[in-house]
Amino acid sequence: MLKTAAHPHRRQVLAGTAAAVLAVPAIVRAQASALKIAVLLPRSGYLAPSGQSCHRGALIAPQVLAQFGHRVELIHIDTESSVDVARNQTERAINEGARCVVGAFDSAATLAMAQVCEQRQVPLVVNIAGAPQLTEQGLKFLVRNFPTGGQLVVNGLKLIKDVLAATKLASKTAVFIHANDTFGTAQRAGMDRIFPGAGMPFSLVDSIAYDPTAQDLSVEVTKIKARNPDIVLVVTRAGDAIKLVRDMVRQRFEPQAIMSPGSPGLYDEEFYQALGPLADYHLCSLPWADPTAQMSQALEAAFKPAHPNFRFVVDSFNAGFTFEALLVAADAFKRAGAADGAPLMQAVRETNLKDHVMIGPPIRFDEKGQNPGIPSACVQNRNRTPVVVLPPEVATMAAVLPQPPWQGRG
Amino acid sequence: MSALWHDMPLRGRVLAGALLAALAAAPLVADRYLLSVLILIFYFAYLGQAWNLMMGLAGQLSLGHALYVGLGGYVAAMLWVHLGIGPWLALVPAMAAGALAGGVIAWLGFRFSIEGVYFALLTIAFAEFTRIAFEHIGAAGGAGGFFIPYQAERLGEWWNLRGGQWLFYYVAFALATGAVALTAWLKRSRLGYHWQAVRENQQAARALGIDILAVKMKAAVISSAMTAVGGVFYAFYYDSLFPAQVFNISRSIELMLAPIVGGLGTIFGPVFGAFILTPLGEGLSAALEQLGVNAPGAKAVFYGLTLMLIIFVRPDGVWPALARACGLAPARGDDA
Amino acid sequence: MSSLILNVVVQGGLTGLVYGLMALGLSVIFGVVRVVNFAHGELVVLAMYAAFELWRSFGLDPLVGTLPVAVVFFGLGYLLQTTLINPFIGRAEHEQFILLVGLGMVIVNGLLMIFRPDARPINLAYGFDSYEVGPLLIYKVNLLAGAAAVVVAAALFVFFRWTATGTAIRACADNLTGAAVVGLNVRRLYALTFGIGLACVGAAGALMVTIVEVRPALAPSFTLLAFIIVIIGGLGSMGGALLGGVLIGVSEALAGFFFEPSMKSMFSFGLLILVLVLRPQGLLGRRA
Repeated sequence: MLKTAAHPHRRQVLAGTAAAVLAVPAIVRAQASALKIAVLLPRSGYLAPSGQSCHRGALIAPQVLAQFGHRVELIHIDTESSVDVARNQTERAINEGARCVVGAFDSAATLAMAQVCEQRQVPLVVNIAGAPQLTEQGLKFLVRNFPTGGQLVVNGLKLIKDVLAATKLASKTAVFIHANDTFGTAQRAGMDRIFPGAGMPFSLVDSIAYDPTAQDLSVEVTKIKARNPDIVLVVTRAGDAIKLVRDMVRQRFEPQAIMSPGSPGLYDEEFYQALGPLADYHLCSLPWADPTAQMSQALEAAFKPAHPNFRFVVDSFNAGFTFEALLVAADAFKRAGAADGAPLMQAVRETNLKDHVMIGPPIRFDEKGQNPGIPSACVQNRNRTPVVVLPPEVATMAAVLPQPPWQGRG
Repeated sequence: MSALWHDMPLRGRVLAGALLAALAAAPLVADRYLLSVLILIFYFAYLGQAWNLMMGLAGQLSLGHALYVGLGGYVAAMLWVHLGIGPWLALVPAMAAGALAGGVIAWLGFRFSIEGVYFALLTIAFAEFTRIAFEHIGAAGGAGGFFIPYQAERLGEWWNLRGGQWLFYYVAFALATGAVALTAWLKRSRLGYHWQAVRENQQAARALGIDILAVKMKAAVISSAMTAVGGVFYAFYYDSLFPAQVFNISRSIELMLAPIVGGLGTIFGPVFGAFILTPLGEGLSAALEQLGVNAPGAKAVFYGLTLMLIIFVRPDGVWPALARACGLAPARGDDA
Repeated sequence: MSSLILNVVVQGGLTGLVYGLMALGLSVIFGVVRVVNFAHGELVVLAMYAAFELWRSFGLDPLVGTLPVAVVFFGLGYLLQTTLINPFIGRAEHEQFILLVGLGMVIVNGLLMIFRPDARPINLAYGFDSYEVGPLLIYKVNLLAGAAAVVVAAALFVFFRWTATGTAIRACADNLTGAAVVGLNVRRLYALTFGIGLACVGAAGALMVTIVEVRPALAPSFTLLAFIIVIIGGLGSMGGALLGGVLIGVSEALAGFFFEPSMKSMFSFGLLILVLVLRPQGLLGRRA
């Protein structure tokens, strides 16, 4: 530190300057103990609902990570649901000092970002992205802490079997309806491949793909009703689930259960707002925030004051995975001790995080960069709130099936 | 092309030469972000030139040009992944696919006298039809997308468009400059004059003995084939194709903005437009971030306002007036 | 099976009536002012948000809200035409296009900033009701909205057929020079027409919001849908717009029923191509 003197001599000034110069690496290192991460999400454009949901998690991540001893500095970027923007903005973010990138929900944008990250040797931690091909490309600087479509279906079907057993529901037939978009098609491919050998107690009598831009789903529901299945399996986007259930009510069709093997829609806030008591008793099987985990509770505690108009439990999927991606980055940074590309990526690949947010075993990545062990939980809408009903270790309520009749609810 | 060079005033030649040299040397000095933006500028300049041929020169409004981008991209990508045929070879079938689609649409338009806004809607219909079709073609990946494998071990193969940023920069640069050269050559060719005659007054052109169908078909076919090449570039640059994104009407609109804002029917208009619009978008994002504005959608609001302002103030595009003001317009009075 | 098909047809028809009303505004504007409104979908979404806000703040049922929203949108249309659109009348289509694309961008992203991207449902007491008429199952909301659409279209028809102003506007559409020669104030009539066209959009938006949850991302598909309906029904024909709406509603529903629902739009675009090729003036339109 500089010695203060009333009239500093030239030699003292020089010595002081030299000390300051020598001290610079220490200052830089001290400042560098915060990892700069670029978070790219589609906050406008057609993916905006999901992107903004993820963003709500990203906004509170730094303070929660700080509670657990990690310092991060985030650069928030809107990809505008566009591949071009995602690619350019990743370059810009790395120019501005981002040493790690998290994103991007949209698989096309994620792949474009991955190429930039690969060329610039900056780790990309994918929070959410559905296309299985992302971890099949041999990319060295990409990891994904999100299940593939196939994993979701496998876990989802198993949980459906379990919940049917737990509620002693004897179901014979089911119809599968899905949106014809990236996510829905991946699920459908998974279903076609996995269902025949999954040993389910019911048979799948029909699979229907619907147009995600359609305003009206009454015809699709008429088709489902014509089959009269016991169970309806749905993979929907946000607003579509409302139309499906509402049309089922209006067409006086009452399945035993409406379940999602892993998709948004049945637990969105607008779903609850639109349907009221008719939103209850529907089930989703998907990764979920562990209510018993310390980090989830910290995340929820931070969420409430930051986003008073939103419920954490509804955003927990998107916010949870986004937070976990940032956690992976921060944890790797701590272990690597430096933000340089190759050692940081090595640390990311060696991640073994026991304490995290989503239900399941420690976060780890296989040689392709995929986290193979993310389980799903079974979540049921009760009183317009999604609650975990399976697995029993983290359940807060017991599942109730078949769903009560539409009339006379609430 | 040489006629263009001779018609340019001296300062125009100096400026053009300097600009070309600067852009060619850019990868040596510019950072990756700037190069990434330039690649996008070249890409939209290229597509804009292709669209400009059909609209600016031949007067046919196409609102579904993304159709040809998608067709070119999918043909080349599928040939590469399924049959190992490299993009340079695949250019031929890709261009053929684009040309076929463009030709069919143009023929329908001519044969059934579908003009103006009706023709534009026809192009939209074909693009949307194809989008939904591709969402159901399993071999092309359907709605789940078609991916070109990354294959790190093949990264040096520039002939297969496998490489880093510099490769794509120079390919895009070559495409853009090639498109300008092609436009200049076509504009002053016999065909180009026929196009302009048909654009200005179809009846008179027919009276002069110009074969209207042939002229319009050539405009559509050349334009769509060129656009398909852009699709090949897109497929290999982004390594993924999703029908909902590639054939989307917003993509068709996007590629029209540069030529209209820059100057329809001119040789340099689309390039100029691309150099205005892409940096405008980037600049707006950066400015909003600096101001700490965390409102998704704000950038698009300003972008939209800018478009409205430009078309109000300079409906012929920014380039013609600017060229005249800077004394860059060619001596012959023919617009550049 | 036949009762199923009947249900599908009736459902499609009722929804199609509201789509038709939405397209009606586009048709009126193009038929007279000859401006192709590429910001149409964005304006419909704006109307939907207006009706939504009336419901949220005042508990006003959107069916009732149709009237105030239509009135406000009339004023908006008048204003838009006199300020923005008027300089562009008679200019090249691509110039109008850029102007309206820019306007659409501003509207839809402004709505995104104000209302956020999530869908906003409206809770109506009768939102889940349906009538059983023999084998038919008809949704109450769709029935009311469809009926309202017919009422609005009928009112419009009466206006254009039997009022002096309406006749004057039709004169402008038929023969612009003649209308000016006769002494009609063409500018004012254009502004009125734009106002009426947007009033239709306003009414359609208010009715639409009872059927579909509003969010900004709906805009592009509404624009496309309106164009398809208007071309098939006939640009400039009111009956054509409603008929086109019903036709598209029914055919899409049937296509979805017999084939894969995700392909049903393909059918509409195919129909559009056929109409453009074989009968570009549409079913009820006149050759331009």
